[in-house]
Order: sequence, then C-alpha cells, then structure tokens
Amino acid sequence: MFFTYLGRELRRRSRQALVIALGLALGIGLTITVSAYSSGVKAAQEQVLKSLYGVGTDITVTQTATRGSGGSQSFGATGQSQTGTGTKTTSVAQDTASVTPGTGTITSATLAKIDKLSGVSDAVGSLSLSDFNVSGALKQSVTQTPSTSSTSGTGGNSRGSGGSGGGSFSAGPPSFNGSFSSTTIEGVDVTNSATGPLSSLSVASGRALTSSDAKSAVAVVNSSYATQKSIKVGATETLGGTKFTVVGIATTTSSEDYFIPLYEAQTISKETGKVTTVYVKAASSTQINSVASEIKSAASGATVSTSAELASSVSGSLSSAGSLIVNLGKWLSIAVLAAAFLIAALLTVSAVSRRTREFGTLKAIGWTSRRVVRQVIGESIITGLVGGAIGIGVGFAGAAAIKKFAPTLTASGSTSSASNTSGGGFAGGGGGFASAASKANDITVHLTAPVGMGILGLAVALAVLGGLLAGGIGGWRASSLRPAAALAKVS
Amino acid sequence: MYEISGLTKIYQGKGKNEKVHALQGVDVVIPDNDMLAIQGPTGHGKSTLLQLLGGLDRPTGGSLKFDGQEMAKMGEMSLTKLRAQNFGYIFQGFNLIPTLTAQENVETALVPLGVSKVERRERAAKALTDVGLGERLGHLQTELSGGQQQRVAIARALVKEPKVILADEPTGNLDEETRDDIFGLLEKLWADLGLTVIMVTHDSALSKRVPRLAQIKNGKLTIKRERAGATGV
Repeated sequence: MFFTYLGRELRRRSRQALVIALGLALGIGLTITVSAYSSGVKAAQEQVLKSLYGVGTDITVTQTATRGSGGSQSFGATGQSQTGTGTKTTSVAQDTASVTPGTGTITSATLAKIDKLSGVSDAVGSLSLSDFNVSGALKQSVTQTPSTSSTSGTGGNSRGSGGSGGGSFSAGPPSFNGSFSSTTIEGVDVTNSATGPLSSLSVASGRALTSSDAKSAVAVVNSSYATQKSIKVGATETLGGTKFTVVGIATTTSSEDYFIPLYEAQTISKETGKVTTVYVKAASSTQINSVASEIKSAASGATVSTSAELASSVSGSLSSAGSLIVNLGKWLSIAVLAAAFLIAALLTVSAVSRRTREFGTLKAIGWTSRRVVRQVIGESIITGLVGGAIGIGVGFAGAAAIKKFAPTLTASGSTSSASNTSGGGFAGGGGGFASAASKANDITVHLTAPVGMGILGLAVALAVLGGLLAGGIGGWRASSLRPAAALAKVS
Repeated sequence: MYEISGLTKIYQGKGKNEKVHALQGVDVVIPDNDMLAIQGPTGHGKSTLLQLLGGLDRPTGGSLKFDGQEMAKMGEMSLTKLRAQNFGYIFQGFNLIPTLTAQENVETALVPLGVSKVERRERAAKALTDVGLGERLGHLQTELSGGQQQRVAIARALVKEPKVILADEPTGNLDEETRDDIFGLLEKLWADLGLTVIMVTHDSALSKRVPRLAQIKNGKLTIKRERAGATGV
C-alpha cells in the first residue's frame, strides 16, 4: 500500500514534484560542481607541492644563507691578444657550478641527525646548484705593459632561474663582449626515489637515475628544458666543467633543468657532504608538527617548513582560484541549496495542506500520525532522489564545463625565505651579477574538476536530506491536526 | 456499548474570550445493535457528538465510555487503535483517496490492522461485492457515480468488521433513488451483521425509517423516539 499510494500521488502531482526535484537538482548540481572544482583546485595544489617538494614530503629543511656566503666564482681567462690601439683582449670561457645563491648548506651530519629523530620516517637531502657558463672576450685598455698571466677574479654571484643572454659587460674601464648562460641543477639522492625531488620525476624517454648511478656523471633533463635546448638522450652536457651523459628526459613541473646524482653535484660544486634542502617524511600525519619542532632543535638556524605552511606559500592564480572556491563557491552553493530546500519544503507543505482532509480521513479510519508522516516523507524522498539524479547530471555537466573552459592556472612557490645578494665582481672591479636571491618556481597546471564517489555520495545524502526536510515539515503539519479538525478543513 | 453522561464540548471562538459550547451536557446510552439517527438544526452539535463517539476529537468534560473504557482519558495511540478496530466511518462527501482504486480505498482500512496484502485484497474485494460493486474493483473515484462512491465508503467502513458504523449525513450528497438504495443497504447490513449504526441526518424521510431517533438542539440531546425494548436517557 505504501508504494502504491506513493507512486500514484507522485504521478498525480508530477508537475509539482518535478518543480521540487528541479529545485533540488539545481542546488545539488551546484554543490557537486563546486565540490568538484574544489577537488580540482586541491589536486592542482597537491600537484604544485609535489612538483616543488616531491611526493610525500611532510617537512622541508633549508638553511638561510649568511651574508656574503655566496658560492665563489673564479673565471679563468684563456689566451690574450692585444690590438693595435692599445687594448688588451682576454678570452674568457668558464663553466662553474655553485650552490644556488641565497641558499645555505646543511651538513651531512645534520641530515643524519634529522634522519634519526623519532617520528621521522624518511629524510633525504638534495643540493640545488646554479651552473653559470660564460664565454667571450674581456677588453681592457692597456696602460701598462701587457702581462702574459691569466686574469682571474673571485666573487659571488647570484641569479634567477635559468636562462641565457648575450651582450657586453662593462666593468668600468674593462668591457666584456660575449655571452653567458645559466642553468639549474638538482643533486638528488639516487638511492631514495620515494621522497624528495626524485619522486616527482616522470621519465618520458631514456631512464631514471638509479642507485647504481650514485657516482656516475649522468643526468636526467627536465623535458621542457630538453625541448628548448634540443637535448636528446645520449647527449653530453657540461655542468660545472664536468661532462655528463644524459640518460633520461623527465616530465616535471619542477623548474630544475638537470637532475644529477647528489655525489656528483657535491663534487662539481666542491660542497662535499653538504645539501641545501632536506626532505622529511613523518611517520604519521599527526606527528608533523612535533617532528618539525624536533628538527628546529636539532638543526639550529635552519628554516623548517611543514607541508601546511608550504601549501599556504603557494600563490598566484591557483591560490586565487582556491580562495574563490572557498569564498564564493561555497557560499553560493549553500545559498542555492538552502533556497532549494526551502522551496521544496514550502511546496511540500502546500501540497500537504491541500490533502489535509485526505490525511484526516486516513486518521479517522485508524492510520497513526507516524504512518501519515512516513507516507509524506516517502513521497518527498523519492522526489529528492529524482532531484539528486538530475542534480548529479547537472553536476557532471558543470564539472565537464570547468574542465573544458577553465583557464590554465599558475602558481608560484618559494622554497627559501632567505634573501641574499653576494657582492663580487670580476677582477678589475666595477662589475657584478645580481638577481633574485630566493628560488621562485612558477608552475603551470590545468585545472580539472573530478567528480569522485565521495561527491556523488554527498549528492545522494543531500537529496535524501532535502526529501526528509521537506517531507518531515509537511508530514508534521499533516499529522499535527486531530482527525476532526483535519476533516473540517476545506480543501 | 456507549454510556454517555454530562458530555460537553467547548470550542475556542474567533475572539480571544469567545467560547462556542457545541455540546452542553449530553446524557445518553446507546446499546449494542442499536440504530440511532440524530437530527437537529445545523450548528447545534450533531457532527460534534458523532466525532466524539468516533474518537476523532476529545470532549471538554463529562464521561464518554465505549465498552466500559473511558475514551476521554485514552492516550492518542489507544484512541487510534480503537478507531482502527471498532469504528467504521462514513462521510457525507465520501472522502475517498482520489489516486487509489475502489479496492485500494477499501484496503486502506485494513492497513492499520496489519492485515497481509493478499488478505487485504481478498477482503476488500468481498466487501465491495457485498455492496454491489464487485465489477468496479479497479475503478478510480472519478470513474464512479456518487452512489457508487458512497458504496465504496460503506465497504471501507465495513471491511474491518467494526462494532459501530458512524455515518455523517451518508445520503446528503445523493439523489432520492440512490439515497433509498444506500439507506436500504445500511439497514440490511445492520440487520445481517448485528452492527450498531449511529447516523446524523437532516433527512426526515430517513428519520422516519430508523428504530430510534434523537434530536440535538443547542448542544442538548433528547430522545424523540425509542426503539422497542431499548434503554433511553
């Protein structure tokens, strides 16, 4: 009787039931779309974090550089000539790898100490290097008798992300005509691919770095850089004056150009036993904050960042999209859902009011109030589920629209809070290189809006809730009257 | 069956302190297998008394006993159960559920008694056959005439085999010929099944045919005609 009565009533009021269902569908569809969008933004943020800090990294440890501690550079000059006008020309060709300016180093002893802390599941170090390649001619007016000794100088440099440029360098009286280029190198622990930057690499061609490469001059190249420079697997690249064989091309949104074994990176930069970043995986997510505190004590002066802090450092349009979801999407879906529930409840109450005599009759012949309420709620839940089904369709359509029309988002993250510009210049003074101190990474991600089982479950739950709410209110209204009063109502 | 004494019912009027005294101390005894018609002007308490007898409302004062149980003091669930088991109600407007067939409408009276679906269908079909609608089981309200609709309502009232049939103007919406048919049916059922029938009617023709007649005026009931051998007020 329950289902017969329910089905017939819904058929009789099909138009009104459809209006209620569509209202709920709109609210549920919007909620699904917003949730899917939110999931997409979250996934994008995770992708960014993964790119920047590797998979499964809970904490990163970096060392703030001390002023003037930038990697030393020495530029050797090879060959020289003198023009007839009294200008001395010195050929310069130098390829030097040094710790990324503004970044301090952490000793292997500190890394080992962190690895042994209770609550640390895994700790792996990496060494971020900048490779600077300069070649050209240094011209200098000759005011003294030319010397045959090489011109050399020391000094630090600091620079931004990879790139190259040509032009003249003026250093006061001396002037430089030539080109320079810079690349970024990440020395990675090839014995541990589960944590740290190695975990974010996805080999597109060739092979990945393995533990047998620990002391081999081999490199994996970032695919975007490889495309830009037409580097193929098997090519030989000179990094820090050492020739490396390219064994793989990997896709990664990381900004590093080359990935080489940590030992090799330490060797070419003369930073034996040192790393610039320690990637830490906590034994459990609940221990992250306590482990971070322990690391702060163990590595004094180090900058310890948890994944939550890293997430908050992600900025750019991706962050804006995330904020938009939180601020606008959430409230919009709540408002629409609340309005849909309210409309559904009002329409149900209105429908029930028209059936007051009907329910009064049923109560007069012995139906309990609970049975009457159950009947009304049953009708409302079916209406809600129809709305939920339509809403899921609307939600999928919304998610598909987001996937198709959403703009590509960018995020920028900073892996170092240090800012340092090391002074220095070429011999002869007057010149220096300076660029951004911290390593800023711009990551581009395409936003998706995945509709997971959880979201679908939420939709069904909302549909049932909407039905319960509308039916509960309507049913309560229907059953609250005594039969005599209900029968006296004019329908 | 019913022992009623000093029964009152006061409704809240439209004004704050306005009270409507629908029943002002009704005393009457209605024995088993009685057939009582209650007459009276509109608004003098006929339907109110019928609703109190059927447990559709609660009295303001006095005593209303059914088979020795004080209905005024019963809980809501007990009263609902009493209605489901003992009272068959027939309304002037038939009050059928428009989306259900004749058979399904009759079945609704058996739902609260926990009767199985198969038995419900059988009993409903039999009840409809008994009132002459054996060929109309699957018809909706809109497919039935007024007289047929009232027969469905009578079948619904009878299917649970109640002790009392309470009828509020059961022929009020019917033409004369149909009225006679319906009343004839009620008389037959009363005689055959040994039911107690209490009906409210304006129809003086019907009043003449019932064994016992009462009149309500200004909320007070008086017996106008006693059934032979019956115990009156």
